[in-house]
Amino acid sequence: MKMVGQKEPNVLPGFGITLGFTTFFLCAIVLLPLSALVLKAAGMDFARFVDVITSPRALASYRLSFGASMLAASMNMVFGFGIAWSLVRYDFPGRKFVDAIIDMPFALPTAVSGIALTTVFAANGWIGQYLEPMGIKVAYTWIGITVALTLIGMPFVVRTVQPALAEVNRDLEDAAETLGAGRFYVFRRIIVPTVLPALLTGFTLAFARAVGEYGSVIFIAGNMPMKTEITPLLIVIRLEEFDYAGAAALGVVMLSISFVMLLAINLLQVWGRKRLMVSR
Amino acid sequence: MAGPNTSEAIAAELATRPGHANKRSTLIRWLVIGVSMTFLGALLAAPLAAVFATALHSGWAAYFQSFADPDTRAAIRLTLTTAAVVVPLNTLFGITAAWCIAKFEFKGKSFLITLIDLPLAVSPVVSGLIYVLLFGLNGWFGAWLQEHEISIVYALPGIILATMFVTFPYVARELIPLMQQLGNDEEEAAITLGAGGWFTFFHVTLPRIRWGLVYGVILCNARAMGEFGAVSVVSGNIRGLTTTMPLHIEILYNEYNFVGAFAVASMLSMLAVVTLVIKTLVERSGYRRR
Repeated sequence: MKMVGQKEPNVLPGFGITLGFTTFFLCAIVLLPLSALVLKAAGMDFARFVDVITSPRALASYRLSFGASMLAASMNMVFGFGIAWSLVRYDFPGRKFVDAIIDMPFALPTAVSGIALTTVFAANGWIGQYLEPMGIKVAYTWIGITVALTLIGMPFVVRTVQPALAEVNRDLEDAAETLGAGRFYVFRRIIVPTVLPALLTGFTLAFARAVGEYGSVIFIAGNMPMKTEITPLLIVIRLEEFDYAGAAALGVVMLSISFVMLLAINLLQVWGRKRLMVSR
Repeated sequence: MAGPNTSEAIAAELATRPGHANKRSTLIRWLVIGVSMTFLGALLAAPLAAVFATALHSGWAAYFQSFADPDTRAAIRLTLTTAAVVVPLNTLFGITAAWCIAKFEFKGKSFLITLIDLPLAVSPVVSGLIYVLLFGLNGWFGAWLQEHEISIVYALPGIILATMFVTFPYVARELIPLMQQLGNDEEEAAITLGAGGWFTFFHVTLPRIRWGLVYGVILCNARAMGEFGAVSVVSGNIRGLTTTMPLHIEILYNEYNFVGAFAVASMLSMLAVVTLVIKTLVERSGYRRR
């Protein structure tokens, strides 16, 4: 165990060289290119910068990207909890198999999930053919975008909630029930408070991933300007028009969102750890 | 106290105890499992099955025929080349970063960890965009590169750089918590007893982190081979030259060559399945993610 505040001599070699290599690599691959983006946008005339990022087409794309990501992350919060609950609390045939394939969206290339989802949810697809007569068009609408974003965000929620659910003190639940609490009361007062930080972390992770997602969305989206055009696609379109400054401006907006999300995730994790310590 | 003496009475008494299944809890149980599995089935299993069903729609002959296409072969070669460069480099980085972060105390460590994780939070499109801004014709080094006739963007180096950015954190993220938890004691003992740094790493550290390393490397590899957004921005989509497998899927799909597109997609899906199988085996060997 390390003592806090006490400097202990470290006999291990290689600190200088590994730190140097890590910093160098990090600067070359991550920081230098990212600063190129920020400086490109900073080099723009400010009025033009504001113009680009608040154009009606850009605003419509934010609305879509945010709305669909929020909806997808919320769906994942509900169903992801259900999946995590099934995996932790219940035993059913194929449980181990299901547990293994939860990570599929991590490993599956986004282009593959994009074309596969489009095929399944198109008007003549396996699932689309049943939804179409009900008046629900999934492919090439915002619903399709939400479906794609739900798929890629799903493992984030399940994998953060699963360990938290396993942590819930079963003795506490049994004690509450013995003392006359109903199952719902136990759920609301014991289980939900314990897994809430994990649930919110999972939500934020899924949301952060969904906002920037490109590959799985563009196939199912239809990509109509103002209607089904996500912000990352708008960046690609600006690049194809050789409007580098416009692309950089939108890129800075996306990057700022990433930073805010990263901060939110870190704060949520700190909060979760604190709560865990209090409850022990 | 006279306890219940018939078996029904005992069963009825047991049913009121906490944690014991009664009709309602059994119903809820199967409802939760049913809804969850339907969700997974529609979102995960159906699309995956659709990949193989569409790829084999016109039979096995047509399936194998689509791999005879020279552009498809070029895409597979390009993807393998990219992964062959990116994965070893990111593995080297991951090990180095984990050694310096897990084994030593220094100021700004948590900031460094955040920076390493940064690419995970950045949109793939932005990940590609930054290299275009850096090395593209109007970029920082654009003019210099053109003078010296070096092409980075719309060529292999750009694809490699963008892929490297996207898969940058995977090995490091896996190793840092693992090595932090394992502590320094065994390495310190080895060094104190006169072992060299490399010897200590290969004979003391490496055997203890090998499963975490395998885990990180296979995830890094799966992401490297499957990256779409970032590579799409820097590749320029020159058919047969700068299209990796995911980009080639897009081209074939937009040409309505569904058998071809899904045939390539089926290969990447199999890669994903193999990745998950290795991952499950690693976890079964006792390795737990932190």
